[in-house]
Amino acid sequence: MVDMERIDRNPRNGGNAVEVRGLVKHYGETKALDGVDLDVREGTVLGVLGPNGAGKTTLVRCLSTLITPDAGHAVVAGFDVVKQPRELRRRIGLTGQYASVDEKLSGWENLYMIGRLLDLPRKQARARADELLERFSLTDAAKRACMEYSGGMRRRLDLAASMIGSPSVLYLDEPTTGLDPRTRNEVWDEVQRMVAEGATVLLTTQYMEEAEQLAKELTVIDKGKIIARGGVDELKAKVGGRTLHIRPSDPAELAAMAQAIREAGLDGVAGAQAVPDEGLLYVPILSDEQLTAVIGLLGVRGFSLAHVATALPSLDEVFLAITGDKASTFSDAAPQEAAA
Amino acid sequence: MSSTTTTLTPTPAGSAGPAPSKAAVAEEGRIGLRANLRHIGALARRNLLQIKKDPESMFDVLLMPIVFIVLFVYVFGGSVGASLGGNRHDYVNYLVPGLMAMMGMNIAMAVGTGVNDDFRKGVMDRFRTMPIARSSVLIAKIVVELGRLMIATLILLTMGFALGMELNGSVFGLLGAVALAATFGAAIMWIFILLGLTMKTAQAVQGTAMLVLMPLQFGSSIFAPTQTMPGWLQAFTDYNPLSNLADAARALMQGKPVGDSVWWTLAWAAGITVVMAPLAVAKFRKKA
Repeated sequence: MVDMERIDRNPRNGGNAVEVRGLVKHYGETKALDGVDLDVREGTVLGVLGPNGAGKTTLVRCLSTLITPDAGHAVVAGFDVVKQPRELRRRIGLTGQYASVDEKLSGWENLYMIGRLLDLPRKQARARADELLERFSLTDAAKRACMEYSGGMRRRLDLAASMIGSPSVLYLDEPTTGLDPRTRNEVWDEVQRMVAEGATVLLTTQYMEEAEQLAKELTVIDKGKIIARGGVDELKAKVGGRTLHIRPSDPAELAAMAQAIREAGLDGVAGAQAVPDEGLLYVPILSDEQLTAVIGLLGVRGFSLAHVATALPSLDEVFLAITGDKASTFSDAAPQEAAA
Repeated sequence: MSSTTTTLTPTPAGSAGPAPSKAAVAEEGRIGLRANLRHIGALARRNLLQIKKDPESMFDVLLMPIVFIVLFVYVFGGSVGASLGGNRHDYVNYLVPGLMAMMGMNIAMAVGTGVNDDFRKGVMDRFRTMPIARSSVLIAKIVVELGRLMIATLILLTMGFALGMELNGSVFGLLGAVALAATFGAAIMWIFILLGLTMKTAQAVQGTAMLVLMPLQFGSSIFAPTQTMPGWLQAFTDYNPLSNLADAARALMQGKPVGDSVWWTLAWAAGITVVMAPLAVAKFRKKA
């Protein structure tokens, strides 16, 4: 377990909007949650990162009172998940990977209904529905049945539905799973706006890119356990080293360059990797000396370089370093995680 | 976005959303009766909108009474009417109260399949994470289905009168019979809601429901008097609550003494509701 920092537990200003201690949920032999501790400070985004079946959805379902944990406890917005579910439900919003709106109803009808269920007077419920449809660029589709919405529109409506009661804590459970890249960006933009406006968000994702985009704090979960936590940059630094990205002027020279570096013993532990599709050579770098030596070598050998850059390792690499597991679980185009 | 400020900014923990009504703020944890009724109203509106967008879902209610009354009156009417000591017209008088009981059962069955279908959808997760009584989702469904039952009953009665049904009791007797059938139907709906929440597919619900309902409907006094049935079957029909309901509705509509059939029907309805409603709500609450 990589414990990067003690999270401040001051309940007042900047206190925790979500506090989870020793949360356990078993399904027969499967330990969906096996003693999870985590905190989300008010007004921040915590990314909960993990592969399929890591327990992310179970965590969110426990925290939103959909299922009862077997052990441990959790306090959200000051209310106990098990003991005060009704008070808690007034404070939370949930957007899952499956759209939780009524497909047969129109976008407006869905939002109005939710407003009424949240005890808004009719007039206010109407105004709120209009307002949120405009905010999420759905005004034109307001009267159409959700069945006819695209995946991205549905997810945006779902976000709008979660915002009606102005929840103090918002759960986003894999908000972009199953969406195409363009739609994913739309959803990210909306989430970033909500965050900029001060939402406390618990975001689960299996995409490294998403966690990096939306969250500064990360908790990595696998097989129901927290295996690492900290800032995105901290976690990356933990893995150590950087990656040198080299673009030769002539892509045909990629293989020769990689071989030269290998022969000189400058390619570190993980090995230099030529990726012809990108026209890039990746070299893991552990020190400034190694970096200088690699560039020097390529110059001496007469390779012509178009572009050189160093980057911190990707979160995929971070996950690999922490778990030793194949990171491929992530890059697969997201089959749905079982509700369990 | 324009300057029409969208108050999206989540409020800090401790303060509520955009001004819910005073009652809601005062009664944060518990849900008051008025709020509960409001929630049921909002959810019933959802069910009505679904029907509005899918008018075909009303076909059962519109056609079932017509098909059944025409079929039974013209196929069995002559012979059963004769055995009643009369003719086809006498059978219409006998049949219509029985069909009222039967339609309640068929609509209740549709509730089971509908619930099974509906409750696997994501929107139920939303309802279950909202500050509403979980029973309100189920009660809203029952309210709307009772409305559908009333429409079916109206069509049945219209058809009955068209085929020569005579009302020998008072209008209050008729209304009483309708109310009794609705009360019993609502009780049965709880059973099918529980079934719908428990079984995996809508087809399974329908199959099971048919298996149970067919013997109950035909092994009763709904379609024909039970006197000519063998003794073992009569023992069954005597205890069958559908016989009680059919007999009670018949007596009320024909202005005959109802005996204790009304009380038996009400007792069955109350008993079923008291047992099944909490089970169904618990099942809905636990459904992961």
